[in-house]
Amino acid sequence: MHIVIIGNGITGITAARTIRKHSDHEITVVSGETDYFFSRTALMYIYMGHMQFKDTQPYEPWFWTKNRINLKRAWVKTIDTQNKQLLFSNDDRMPYDKLLIASGAKPNKFGWPGQDLIGVQGLYSYQDLEELEKNTANGINRAVIVGGGLIGMEMAEMLHSRHYPVTFLVRESSYWNNILPEQESQLITRHIREHGFDLRLNETLKEIKGDANGKVTSIITGSGEEIACQVVGLTAGVSPNIAFLKDTEIKTDKGVVINQHMHTNVEDIYAAGDCAQFQHALPDRRVIEQVWYTGKLQGEAAAFNMLGHDKMYEPGFWFNSAKFLDIEYQTYGTVLNTLREGETEFYWESDDHQKCVHVVYRESDHLFIGINVFGIRMRHEIFNRWLLEKQKVEHIISHLSAANFDPEFFKPFEQEIINAWNNQYPANTIQLKAKSAFTKLIFGN
Amino acid sequence: MSQANNSLSLSNPHPANFNAKQKTGLAITGLGLLAFFMAWAGAANQQPLIFLIITLVCFFGGGILFTIGSYGHLPKGIKNNRTMFTSISSRGALAWISGVVITGFYILLYWRDFWKELFGADLFIGLVNLFNPLSLLLRNTKADQWFVYGTLYTVAVLVMGFKFIYKYRHNRYQQIRTTSVMFFQLGFAWLLPGIMKALYNYEPYLTYFWPLDYDAIFPTTLSYFQTQGAFGMFFIFWGLVMTFVATPLLTYFFGKRWYCSWVCGCGGLAETAGDPFRHLSDKSMKAWKIERWLIHSVLAAIIIITVLLLVDNGFKNNLLGGAAKDIAKGYSFVIGMVFSGVVGVGFYPIMGSRVWCRFGCPMAAYMGLIQRFKSRFRITTNGAQCISCGNCSTYCEMGIDVRAYAQKGQNIVRASCVGCGVCSAVCPRGVLKLENGPDNTKRTEFLFTSEDLKILS
Ligand SMILES: Cc1cc2nc3c(=O)[nH]c(=O)nc-3n(C[C@H](O)[C@H](O)[C@H](O)COP(=O)(O)OP(=O)(O)OC[C@H]3O[C@@H](n4cnc5c(N)ncnc54)[C@H](O)[C@@H]3O)c2cc1C
Ligand code: SF4
Repeated sequence: MHIVIIGNGITGITAARTIRKHSDHEITVVSGETDYFFSRTALMYIYMGHMQFKDTQPYEPWFWTKNRINLKRAWVKTIDTQNKQLLFSNDDRMPYDKLLIASGAKPNKFGWPGQDLIGVQGLYSYQDLEELEKNTANGINRAVIVGGGLIGMEMAEMLHSRHYPVTFLVRESSYWNNILPEQESQLITRHIREHGFDLRLNETLKEIKGDANGKVTSIITGSGEEIACQVVGLTAGVSPNIAFLKDTEIKTDKGVVINQHMHTNVEDIYAAGDCAQFQHALPDRRVIEQVWYTGKLQGEAAAFNMLGHDKMYEPGFWFNSAKFLDIEYQTYGTVLNTLREGETEFYWESDDHQKCVHVVYRESDHLFIGINVFGIRMRHEIFNRWLLEKQKVEHIISHLSAANFDPEFFKPFEQEIINAWNNQYPANTIQLKAKSAFTKLIFGN
Repeated sequence: MSQANNSLSLSNPHPANFNAKQKTGLAITGLGLLAFFMAWAGAANQQPLIFLIITLVCFFGGGILFTIGSYGHLPKGIKNNRTMFTSISSRGALAWISGVVITGFYILLYWRDFWKELFGADLFIGLVNLFNPLSLLLRNTKADQWFVYGTLYTVAVLVMGFKFIYKYRHNRYQQIRTTSVMFFQLGFAWLLPGIMKALYNYEPYLTYFWPLDYDAIFPTTLSYFQTQGAFGMFFIFWGLVMTFVATPLLTYFFGKRWYCSWVCGCGGLAETAGDPFRHLSDKSMKAWKIERWLIHSVLAAIIIITVLLLVDNGFKNNLLGGAAKDIAKGYSFVIGMVFSGVVGVGFYPIMGSRVWCRFGCPMAAYMGLIQRFKSRFRITTNGAQCISCGNCSTYCEMGIDVRAYAQKGQNIVRASCVGCGVCSAVCPRGVLKLENGPDNTKRTEFLFTSEDLKILS
């Protein structure tokens, strides 16, 4: 059997590795972007000079030959589902027996005037990175980033690392507060400003202007201000990259529509990762999941189903992480930007405003629902267990030090957090359950 | 050699624009270097003290000022911007020049007598004169090239240690660990031997034991100590206890990091002066293979040589005649001088800071075996938070592909890990933590490990 995978991102590659581990089928991975799998999440570090491109490739070239995974560098133009063939942009064809679509996503463009000028770009692919190098090769005086999400923050940080002034236009009233609760959003907003970014809140993009050579020269904001700039970063989210499927019978909506077995409406064709959209959402999950680990889990689930195992996609509890300049963020369970019906919260912030813990729990029985942590590392495994065990919030707070994952000798904050709790709820005080720092150091948790 | 910018960044983005503090710091360091080289050329023969003071004050002052200029105005956090574009840290021209200069210095140093004979002139006389006042003060003895070298080495560890601590001022593990290597270098590798020299005419290095200190239990050393009374017995005892009792115990509890990145002088230099080069270590599977062959061969060699010498000595040197001594001499030349000395430090800017520790050090091999098979130390991986970005592997000075484990949710248990903790520091997702814990929790089975693809890699 010849299994073909479109996309050499984390989703496609996880699928390929899983299939190889469990079978001897012929595997071909097709991608137009790069010869080898690399970590998209590390694009920023290449531009900032922390890493070279080759450092972002998790496997050395011999890996693919050794494990008999064929790599083909080409763009798929369309799929001939009748004859079970891929059609490439140079009109070559490749037959498949089973096909996985893992074609990822692409940056959103909302039809802004001037969005196709030279110097205006998103950040998703290796080519985008090359373009940014080109756009800044001779130095620039200012860049404007439009859209206050994670990729916008990364792009801003990249340009900042090369000492280019950055104006950051964010539609929301505070950074990323469409996702983060107000407190965390404020904390990060302050941090962004501390780093010297020109952060404009409640601000949108109206128009991008260019010169006679088609190069960007300035933008006009929603409030009518003109800002001169040589680079505009469009980072208003991403959406599934499925244009090449439009003349096929594969059902699409925003993404390729799949069921919980990663199966599309067409026999032998599966989809997973950033490009896929579930027919029905799982509890506390979105229908389109565009993060690294869901790509991994979906790729794995797809692989099993392609091999004929009956495996549902079961991602478990939500978690994620990110880093905003110098502040790390982790989340376990569900913390939305506003409390839902029946939910209540406990919030603690350190005196230097660099760390905070935000716990959401059910008001009626104190069931722990989720946590946001900034500036402190926490153990995934333990929070996962607590969520499974349906622990109460008091248990979580009093056992926080068992979940602490900061490096050794870091200042612990658990006692401070507990004091804050006890101040807030004098009728319901709790005590820290922790081993001494010394015991922990020698004997571990 | 792979070139610095085979990434996309072909143009040097923003040539280093040094700020005023950095420029002043560099200028002061330059002044120190000028005094140093003038003295080397003989200018300080009359007034060594003045030249020495200028040299040392400029080295410390310039280094501190440069450091503050580099990081002082920035918020606390990881400071790796432009590492891959900067000439000195990306195998650019400056890196090759410094590699050649340092290597050259070692070659002059180790074979001082040889060059003296060859050229008919002592190339080190100027430097020895320069450091005389300090040597007399500390050791009550005139300087020799080893004192010059030891002092420069200590200065490098202290100045660059300060830089490292300041760079990592958000990370207490890094600060405490670096303070520790600076303390052991200054106290146990410089002050104590100096004072003991003044008092007892003997320079003990209490933080070097067999098999790194390869002749520590050679018959010649043992018989020398036996003539030194209680003092000598103490050193024999100390060395044996450290090698055969303390090392296994401490390594069992804390991993080899207790030595390699907290105490050892070679490690001390690597962690401080070598820090700008840590990412240059080769991460390939091939390099790992070479490493395992090489380092364990060195360990085997020194064990065999030591046993041969001891046995031969038991037979009053009749067994092997002079052969055993010749082998020992060969080891001392190839491993003790060329490998650990010249290559170990001279190749920093090209092959990274831990070439010797990774490929050659028999002490590291010995502790590595314990760490791999019987130790509570491991690097724990935080569930499924890894995004495979590669920062951890890139900045591993030992060339461990940390990411290969982290992305599978596996803990990292590797013989070569020196526990510097930089992987954990640079990880942007809080995935890695150096820990000591029960053996049975060394490997977490979690989320992705069910399908971890061990057989593939
Ligand atoms: C800058 C950036 C930072 C990010 N940071 C994080 C993070 O910190 N944490 C996190 O969880 N997630 C992060 N993400 C999201 C994460 O990277 C994605 O969710 C993940 O990479 C999706 O993987 P995938 O394999 O589904 O798709 P992709 O990685 O997009 O792979 C799809 C591949 O298919 C190729 N392809 C598409 N169409 C065709 C065609 N027609 N023919 C041939 N090849 C085709 C594409 O070129 C691409 O190479 C980040 C994304 C970006 C862009
Ligand atoms: S640095 Fe962290 S997130 Fe990046 S590959 Fe290593 S463990 Fe994973």
